[in-house]
Amino acid sequence: MRMWRNFVDLGAGLWTTLRQLGRISTVSYPEAPLNLPPRWRGRPTLTRDPDGDERCVACQLCSAVCPTRCIELQAGERADTRRYPLTFRINFSRCIYCGLCEEACPTLAIQLLDEFAFSKQHHADFIYEKDALLIDGTGKHPHYNFYRHSGVALGDKNKGEGINEKPPVNVRSNLP
Amino acid sequence: MRLFLMILGMLLTTVILLGVAGFLVFAERRVLAFLQNRLGPNRLGPLGVGQALADALKLMSKENFVPDFADPVLYRAAPVLVAFSVLASFAVVPLDQHFSWAGNWNIGLLFILAMSSLNAYGVFMGGWASGNKFSLLGAVRAVAQLVSYELPLGLALLGVVLLSGSLSLNGIVAAQSLPFIVLQPLGFVIFMIAGVAETHRLPFDLPEAESELVAGFNTEYGGMRFGYFFLGEYLGMTLIAVLTALLYLGGWHGPWLPGWIWLLIKTGAVIFVFFWLRATLPRPRYDQLMGLGWKVLLPLALFNIMATALAAALWRLA
Repeated sequence: MRMWRNFVDLGAGLWTTLRQLGRISTVSYPEAPLNLPPRWRGRPTLTRDPDGDERCVACQLCSAVCPTRCIELQAGERADTRRYPLTFRINFSRCIYCGLCEEACPTLAIQLLDEFAFSKQHHADFIYEKDALLIDGTGKHPHYNFYRHSGVALGDKNKGEGINEKPPVNVRSNLP
Repeated sequence: MRLFLMILGMLLTTVILLGVAGFLVFAERRVLAFLQNRLGPNRLGPLGVGQALADALKLMSKENFVPDFADPVLYRAAPVLVAFSVLASFAVVPLDQHFSWAGNWNIGLLFILAMSSLNAYGVFMGGWASGNKFSLLGAVRAVAQLVSYELPLGLALLGVVLLSGSLSLNGIVAAQSLPFIVLQPLGFVIFMIAGVAETHRLPFDLPEAESELVAGFNTEYGGMRFGYFFLGEYLGMTLIAVLTALLYLGGWHGPWLPGWIWLLIKTGAVIFVFFWLRATLPRPRYDQLMGLGWKVLLPLALFNIMATALAAALWRLA
């Protein structure tokens, strides 16, 4: 009886391995495309809003939250008082791809997109300047434009005319 | 002239067998990978076949190193003995009715058994001469295993010999109008299990047992000396597979295709079973291995012979 059970178990084991024949889970990566998960955290990039303007307002939050202190930027201001980064520098030999900068960013400008395979000969080559960081696309949030939501007046819109934006309250009439 | 041609032919046979062994190393890695959801070596050449060549070149280009603490003569002789004994066994293996060196030799099967015993000497010499504890343990295990599994192997073969009335492989195949696996199912199973143990392949690879004995009897071997052991192992597997095909699966008998292709197909199928076993089964404990050999396989093999003899006698009476 016990021997019979052993034989059955043996057969079951053999059948289990045979069923796996040809069910290959290896991805031949450089030749075959890699299917990255949607929340993949690759290299941080600076994105633009749908109108093609850069999203970053140089608030320094990403730089402040970065645990490895690898983000450095200088703020500049345009004639219409809109702020932008004069320089934006990320040292990727220190970046740990934690994504905190992406979470901190109020304008969804800095985003960890899907680039992950980049290697250099020297550490110095890992320091990316703004022209290398800024991409032409909108990244993960194709329709979001910070200035269309915020209560800031732009060239073509006044305060209170944006998306989900209420007209400004007159503080004097609002008194109790 | 005739002698010269014969030597040339033997050389050619040997080279082909070495090629087969190299290819089997590659094939095993590939098949094993497919059974384990992997791809295996697929870079070099079509489907990765070039990997066999690369492995061989790597082994050949390595230094032939003899450790200080090893017995230099035996250390050098052991791998050659292992490779020689297996290669010599192939002399009696017929590829077809008229295509073999000594297929008609009336003690062919005995010769193969003798050579496989010689193989055990080679393994033991290698482990002993290495002067290493792991090697010695591996060698002791190898000898105990080979000796205790040679008995059921030989006794299982005796059933085939009883049925066919011949010890030459040609004669045995000629006697199989019905493949002997039908008449000797128990003998077939015993032969397969004992064959796996005889070539010390997984799951009965206790002489090598990477996870406990480093590499067993070939721990101290490197380069082409290790290559010889490797060759011996893979050719031994081929030998057992060919024997299974010849003795139990009807050899070159089969419809439509030429005989030698049938033999190759059957051999390939048996070799696949070897790979399959390797991918599936874990290694037993040593006492379990010995227990299986002496307490299960040997009595079963004896029973098989008695039953075969009785059936044959009754058949003759009737």
